[in-house]
Amino acid sequence: MILVDIGSTFTKVTAVDTGQASILAQSSAPTTIQDVSMGLHTALWGLGFSEEELQQARKLACSSAAGGLRMVAIGLVQDLTAKAAKLAALGAGARVLNTYSFQLTEADREEIAELKPDIILLAGGTDGGNTENILHNAKVLASLPDPVPVVIAGNRSVASEVASCFPEAFSTYIAPNVMPQIGKLQVDPAREVIRKVFMEKIIHAKGLDKAERWIDGIFMPTPAAVLHAGQLLSQGTAKQKGWGDLLIVDVGGATTDVHSLGRGLPTQAGVVVRGLPEPFAKRTVEGDLGVRVSVLSLLEAVGTAVLSQETNWPEVEVEARAELLHNQPDTLPQSREEALFDQVLARQAVKHGVSRHVGSLSELYTPAGLVWVQEGKDLSKVQTVIGTGGVLVKGADPLAVLEGAGRQNDAPLELRPQAPNYYLDGDYIMAAAGLLSREEPEAAFTILTNSLSSHKLVGRDQ
Amino acid sequence: MEAKTLVLGVIGADVHAVGNKILEIAFTEAGFNVVNLGVLVSQKEFVEAALETDADAIMVSSLYGHGEIDVRGLREALIEAGIGDILMYIGGYLVVGNQDWPEVEAKFKELGFDRVYPPSTLPEDVIPTLRKDLGM
Repeated sequence: MILVDIGSTFTKVTAVDTGQASILAQSSAPTTIQDVSMGLHTALWGLGFSEEELQQARKLACSSAAGGLRMVAIGLVQDLTAKAAKLAALGAGARVLNTYSFQLTEADREEIAELKPDIILLAGGTDGGNTENILHNAKVLASLPDPVPVVIAGNRSVASEVASCFPEAFSTYIAPNVMPQIGKLQVDPAREVIRKVFMEKIIHAKGLDKAERWIDGIFMPTPAAVLHAGQLLSQGTAKQKGWGDLLIVDVGGATTDVHSLGRGLPTQAGVVVRGLPEPFAKRTVEGDLGVRVSVLSLLEAVGTAVLSQETNWPEVEVEARAELLHNQPDTLPQSREEALFDQVLARQAVKHGVSRHVGSLSELYTPAGLVWVQEGKDLSKVQTVIGTGGVLVKGADPLAVLEGAGRQNDAPLELRPQAPNYYLDGDYIMAAAGLLSREEPEAAFTILTNSLSSHKLVGRDQ
Repeated sequence: MEAKTLVLGVIGADVHAVGNKILEIAFTEAGFNVVNLGVLVSQKEFVEAALETDADAIMVSSLYGHGEIDVRGLREALIEAGIGDILMYIGGYLVVGNQDWPEVEAKFKELGFDRVYPPSTLPEDVIPTLRKDLGM
């Protein structure tokens, strides 16, 4: 079996022996965006197999090329169905361009027309609840100049009525409500529908289907494959025990992705949980935390003073370097100092990305005494933190970067992993294992655990 | 006829959970669709839950004597959200100590509640009135 990840810059291929549950060969080549089949062909030949072997092997692919899966999420109340819709889209591996709540205005419609999303996820109203808002929004969206596939995952009482608001050129798909009741999240069915639309429509629309000459199909966006791998590793298989709750961090030039697998229930007594429950498999993407294209917004989020202190560089030099990295994202560090600067940036991206992903505690004084209120997931007892993506894997000291996910003295109330073990996705195996897990979960689990175990990061003092 | 939807919760920094569960059971058994927000519920959560579920009534509990400050502005928030005419009930230990009940009732009606119930009110005393107010 050959597993393919058509990334925005590299096409990575991994050949595995599913019987032996081992990696046979890996290869990569630059992604050729005009015709992705060329880069794919080069990468496949790099594996060193004969043409016959290549042709006979089953080939599964995921892709984040051509901008990935770009989505807009729409709900009724910002903290309820709009948030649920956003969580569903992120979990499907999408880049969420914007989230809208309440009734869409003409200005919103124009903005959506400009954003040109690949798919719109339209939610709003619990089952049997509000119908007016989603119907209004459907009518506004129906007059978008370019037809877009729309996944409808709102109040089921009006789902077909909502679908009938759209002209035929729009393809509509009805999924179960992302929030059937207040306080109940149901994002997995909508994620699966989004994945199908991605496979059936988006691959073709982006011209990625040219690759299908060589492979059996592009089954999902790459981030969804990573989340699948996390789910497999966390929950295990019929025969093998999972690793339990875990956190996966991917720092990139433009974004920082954080995935968590775990229910995130309180780990201490006397804690009251508030707010929307979160999905077991949760993904967040921070579009302002990146080490190249988004470095200026990272600087803004972290503060120049903090970076200056961490790097021992004067503030003006920090700003000048950030400006350069932003304008020339291909820049590679040329000295030890510059490499260290990249490392500090990545660590801050991890620290802030995890801070926004995990839940937090706050104290509340009531007449009955002090009460701790938890919002979001409690991941403080998570034992496994995995770093993936080029910035971490190619970096000189991935442990120093990944420790940004762990305990922070300046954020004692954030429910981040307190004393985890750190692992590196050194073989770039996460996405491949996620793809493989759909067909051969046992082999995928063994390959994944063997690879990660051989890349456990241990500090100098341990 | 479709079941009427009630949004239920204990408002403010109030952690009294037992009565809330009893009300959830009683209203559910009486055939209502109950959206129970539990304890420590903010005004914002009541408004947002009522919006998403297209609720027919909001049932507020307050059992620690600070209800007045917690509910002030809730009716106005509902008006802002476009559901200002929703039916709203409140019950529990609404004030501290033994204050004159008619005065307490009048105060909470002025704050926008349609019905105000003193301590020790039983669910069966409320349900027939609720049905009537909802035109059932």
